[in-house]
Amino acid sequence: MNKETKRVLIAETTFSWKKFFLKWEWFLVLIFIGINIMNSFISPYYLSVSGLLSATSSFLEKAFIVLPMVFILIMGDIDISVGSVVALSAVIMGESYNRLGLPMGLAIIICLLVGALCGFINGFILIKFKELAPMIVTLGTQILYRGIATMILKDQASTGLTSITWFSNLYWGSIFGIPYMLIVFIVFAVIFGYILHKTNFGRYLYAIGSNETAAHFSGVEVDKVRLITFTLTGLFSAVTAVFLASRMGSVRPNIAVGYELEAISMVVLGGISSAGGKGNFIGAIISIFIIGLLRYGLGLINIPSQVMLVVIGSLLILAVLIPQLNLGKYFRRKQGVVKEA
Amino acid sequence: MDKINLKKLINAREVSLFIVLILFGIFIQLRNPAFGTPKNINNMLINYSTTMVLAIGMMSVLLIGGIDISIGSILAFAGMVSALVIRDNPDTSVFVAIMIAVIVGGLCGLINGLVIAKGGVPPIIATMGSMNILRGLTYLVANNEWVAAYQINEGFKKFAMSKYLSFGLINNLIFIAFVIALVAYCFLKYTRLGRKIYAVGNNAQAAEISGINISRIKILVYTLMGILAGLSGALWVSLYASAQGDMGMGIEMDVIAACVIGGVSLAGGRGSVVGVLLGAITIAMLGNGLPLIGVSQFSLDAIKGAIIVLTVILNVLLQRQKLKNSLRRREI
Repeated sequence: MNKETKRVLIAETTFSWKKFFLKWEWFLVLIFIGINIMNSFISPYYLSVSGLLSATSSFLEKAFIVLPMVFILIMGDIDISVGSVVALSAVIMGESYNRLGLPMGLAIIICLLVGALCGFINGFILIKFKELAPMIVTLGTQILYRGIATMILKDQASTGLTSITWFSNLYWGSIFGIPYMLIVFIVFAVIFGYILHKTNFGRYLYAIGSNETAAHFSGVEVDKVRLITFTLTGLFSAVTAVFLASRMGSVRPNIAVGYELEAISMVVLGGISSAGGKGNFIGAIISIFIIGLLRYGLGLINIPSQVMLVVIGSLLILAVLIPQLNLGKYFRRKQGVVKEA
Repeated sequence: MDKINLKKLINAREVSLFIVLILFGIFIQLRNPAFGTPKNINNMLINYSTTMVLAIGMMSVLLIGGIDISIGSILAFAGMVSALVIRDNPDTSVFVAIMIAVIVGGLCGLINGLVIAKGGVPPIIATMGSMNILRGLTYLVANNEWVAAYQINEGFKKFAMSKYLSFGLINNLIFIAFVIALVAYCFLKYTRLGRKIYAVGNNAQAAEISGINISRIKILVYTLMGILAGLSGALWVSLYASAQGDMGMGIEMDVIAACVIGGVSLAGGRGSVVGVLLGAITIAMLGNGLPLIGVSQFSLDAIKGAIIVLTVILNVLLQRQKLKNSLRRREI
């Protein structure tokens, strides 16, 4: 270990204000504040409790996918089938209520099971055939799952879900002015954050993301962790499906197209390395609100959705590109240490 | 003297795929005699010529272990730009229109390549980003409008229907697809650059140590992919005699499926032009043949998805078997 490395290592382990404020999360907080200022200029009603809550509800149903997606990316994997899982589980829920005449509660349980099964299949293929990259497996299942949804519903829609009051209340209802969905989201976000940063399971995710072989030889059950994570992703895609169906009151096979892009953008913008092993849960949570509120604000001033495509696509690339561009000595030093170790 | 190894020939993936294709063709033919008519086969090849062109580009991307899911958007953007030029200058010649699409596509591919090779962004993230950026731009440059058939000049519309490139032998689009396949075959097999692409895919570290500039190869491959996607955009506009914002959406799935079926390894370093062509023909036969035997249009995607998943798994199993066999041989 040479002098330089030693010095940096000491700097790494001791607390310094400079380091604390150079974190990516502070950068995100700045963007977050900027977007809120922008939105409050756009709409005078934005900075009120009801305004903020309605802005939050406009994107929160997608955020359920982001929670397990953080796990997936920290593990160094990727899942681009989530949008199709949302569509398939929503279609099956709608059809088991409409065509099979099952009670809605049971239909929701079936929806969650279908989602979990889809995720389980992804994970199962990945652990049985380790030569395959997650990208190609989920690319295949992306077509397959949406294909099955199309096969079930053809070009029809499964409607009439609004007639059940409690079901549409899932999205639209609130208690003391706080939407149910927001409460559910906060509960799950806390649980997921706790799992990632405070439990063994979370440490395993980081370990697999940093070095899968090393993790395997230090006794981490890599297969089990991967299977659980992919099943969770499927399950929470189905949660998104429930809220989405509750919001729209009907389901079609072509809902939730492109959700994978938004979920992955939110995670990557949150500073979670797509190569795995790095990142912080709070970053992803902040960037959910950044992208969601940005979309809401641009929607207020009638910016066409095509511009949103361009904006989110650019954010996705820039979020990965900027940290790679060696901004300042801080990043460079850190990379040097990693290489030497 | 080299003896042709019959066992090896039968074991080759291309041959087995070819046999499966012929059996599949016979099966469809027995159920519906309309399939095997020269007219239908001609139409099928014309409709899927863009898939073939794209699949050849995608193969070179997959060979270096990358992926490009932005090709559908590059196709749409390049096709739209060239259609807009034709709309505003009705006397644009076919060659110029195609060159515009090729250049636009090439630039898009170059940007992808720079972001991936110089910026260190993983290919899936970079191309997922550019997929959305370019799709958005396609709508924006066209102001959310179509370019309809009457706005496109006759020469360009006729291009997809006539046979003059091959002097009356086969349709222009099929001719272009096969010429590109032939060029790609020679390029990948006999030129130094082509071998470098395989080398990078097989073992990037070894390739770098032996003096190959990896980032240059990456940029080259993504640019080539962009050029072919741009070309496909022009062909698409000519074929359907219109340009819409959502054209080519989801075609990357077909293309990647064609490559996977054709035996291109997604880990890089393995794959052949012949295999990819057969893979593209498989996709074409599925898309054209299944509706002929009464499979609902709505079931096609599910079947396609299932085939992709099963083929990638089959590929792994075959590869494992091969490794096992070679190990066994070594033991003796």
